[in-house]
Amino acid sequence: MADKIATREAYGAALAEFGDKYDKLVVLDADLAAATKTGTFKKKFPDRFFDCGIAEGNMVTVAAGLATAGLIPFASSFAMFAAGRAFEQVRNAIGYPHLNVKIGATHAGISVGEDGATHQCLEDFATMRSIPGMVVMQPADAVEARAMVEAAINYVGPCYMRFGRYAVPTLFDKDTYKFEIGKGIVMADGKDITIIATGLMVEQALLAREQLAALNISARVVNIHTIKPLDSELILSCAAETGAIVTAEEHNYIGGLGSAVCECVSGAKPVPVVRVGVEDQFGRSGKVPPLMELYGLTAANIVAKAKAAIAMK
Amino acid sequence: MTETRKAELMRIAYEIRKGAVTAVYSASSGHPGGSLSIAEILTYLFFEEMNIDPKNPDKPDRDRFVLSKGHAAPGLYSALAHRGYFPVEDLKTFRQVDSVLQGHPDMKHIPGVDMTTGSLGLGISASCGMALAAKYKKEDWRVYTIIGDGESEEGQVWEAAMFASHYKLDNLTVFVDWNGLQIDGPIADVMNPTPFDEKFRAFGWNVISIDAHDLDSIESAVKLAKATKGKPTAIIAKSIKGKGVSYMENDVSWHGAAPKADQYEVAMKDLDAAIAAIK
Repeated sequence: MADKIATREAYGAALAEFGDKYDKLVVLDADLAAATKTGTFKKKFPDRFFDCGIAEGNMVTVAAGLATAGLIPFASSFAMFAAGRAFEQVRNAIGYPHLNVKIGATHAGISVGEDGATHQCLEDFATMRSIPGMVVMQPADAVEARAMVEAAINYVGPCYMRFGRYAVPTLFDKDTYKFEIGKGIVMADGKDITIIATGLMVEQALLAREQLAALNISARVVNIHTIKPLDSELILSCAAETGAIVTAEEHNYIGGLGSAVCECVSGAKPVPVVRVGVEDQFGRSGKVPPLMELYGLTAANIVAKAKAAIAMK
Repeated sequence: MTETRKAELMRIAYEIRKGAVTAVYSASSGHPGGSLSIAEILTYLFFEEMNIDPKNPDKPDRDRFVLSKGHAAPGLYSALAHRGYFPVEDLKTFRQVDSVLQGHPDMKHIPGVDMTTGSLGLGISASCGMALAAKYKKEDWRVYTIIGDGESEEGQVWEAAMFASHYKLDNLTVFVDWNGLQIDGPIADVMNPTPFDEKFRAFGWNVISIDAHDLDSIESAVKLAKATKGKPTAIIAKSIKGKGVSYMENDVSWHGAAPKADQYEVAMKDLDAAIAAIK
């Protein structure tokens, strides 16, 4: 398990790494550099790091001002504050003028763990993807996180990136991995159902696929690192080829990946879609594994929902 | 400035007022009161002070202007039109569905608008980002911002005030349009944000208090701001809401209301008379 690494760690390391290559990159944080890992960048590039103190609304709007002058600002805080507290500033000062600001939000989802519900953001996909022109992404592992950061630097326009606090296994090979904004990745093929997952639920989806295989159910697993723009071509082909879908995300099952997939298939290729996510509840304090059990963010729940989806075919 | 130049600028300020009222009248909606209160500040910045070029609105070394109190868009659009960014005639398309002149400033579509504003408290933060960018890039352009007195009830204004002071943004100058009125009534009754001078001073700013309608005072305050190193400057500009239109002056009902045809006529007469009186 030595290769487990949190995507926030990979985020901070990527900023520090790409700081050399991209001189317009600057980083802002709201007194959480030690936690969001932007501190890694700060240590290497102290003159390109701006702490904004505990004032997230001001921070993201300052980032907008920096972007008007041609810089590429990454603004970081916990997802709860970047996409929650600062939603209106992100909408009006970044989204509406379509400014080139990157929001690196860490500590998303239930896997924040012990800090509990106030810090476990389960709504950020919903708020961020409702902003026109906003790119919304979440990596499944450290390799994908690094590649996502570089893709965001090279993309001109606002991006919201969601990183986790909890260490997760590395799924991809850093030497061969290619990241393209808006393109889903088929992790494993199958014909009876497609499991569409994002973030740390991709690992659970792969485990669920093995458990389903033991029941003679062949499951395709798709990693969606870009929630918006959604890879509708891939999702519609999965709907057509496997006839049923289960989605899996560490987010409220309202408004996130599951909703996005439903929106995609309902108008073009309606098939049963069953959503695994936090079922419209707040989180609570606890260690991560029991929390994931408690909220059904497990391979076992994906298996149960897959069977239900197949039964509806 | 010379007396001749001052008279010229005063005339421009009243032409800006006429354009702002015409825009609001044409749209049958909009915010005349707070547009009229900032006409001299807009005039001084756009016609005297700022390094800008209407033929090249995005030139990288231009001074920036952010109307943080974005609802005063009719005033800003009128200043831009009179400065040559687009035809004055276009002011009559304000708020129409096929016009670029949105109800609040839109940087993506309106030449000369440096920041999209309208949601109060955001413009001053974006101005901080711009000023920080100039410092970071070691460029010597400056940022000018107007916030409303009522706007300063937004907590974000003070987050930005802290930020500007912390990062020693001496290339940032913020005017506070202290006209004393907000939608629900006098600012002192709604949620008193005063004293502005002591608050900004406590936040580490250089503070100058002026009469918002006196061009000499505006000029000397801006010169002082430019000469001040190590801290941002707040110019507390005591103004008259609705300035120049007899029935709008100091009347809160003209914060966000459009004149009817007969009222529009009176407004134009008032403003023309003011222009005629300039020596």
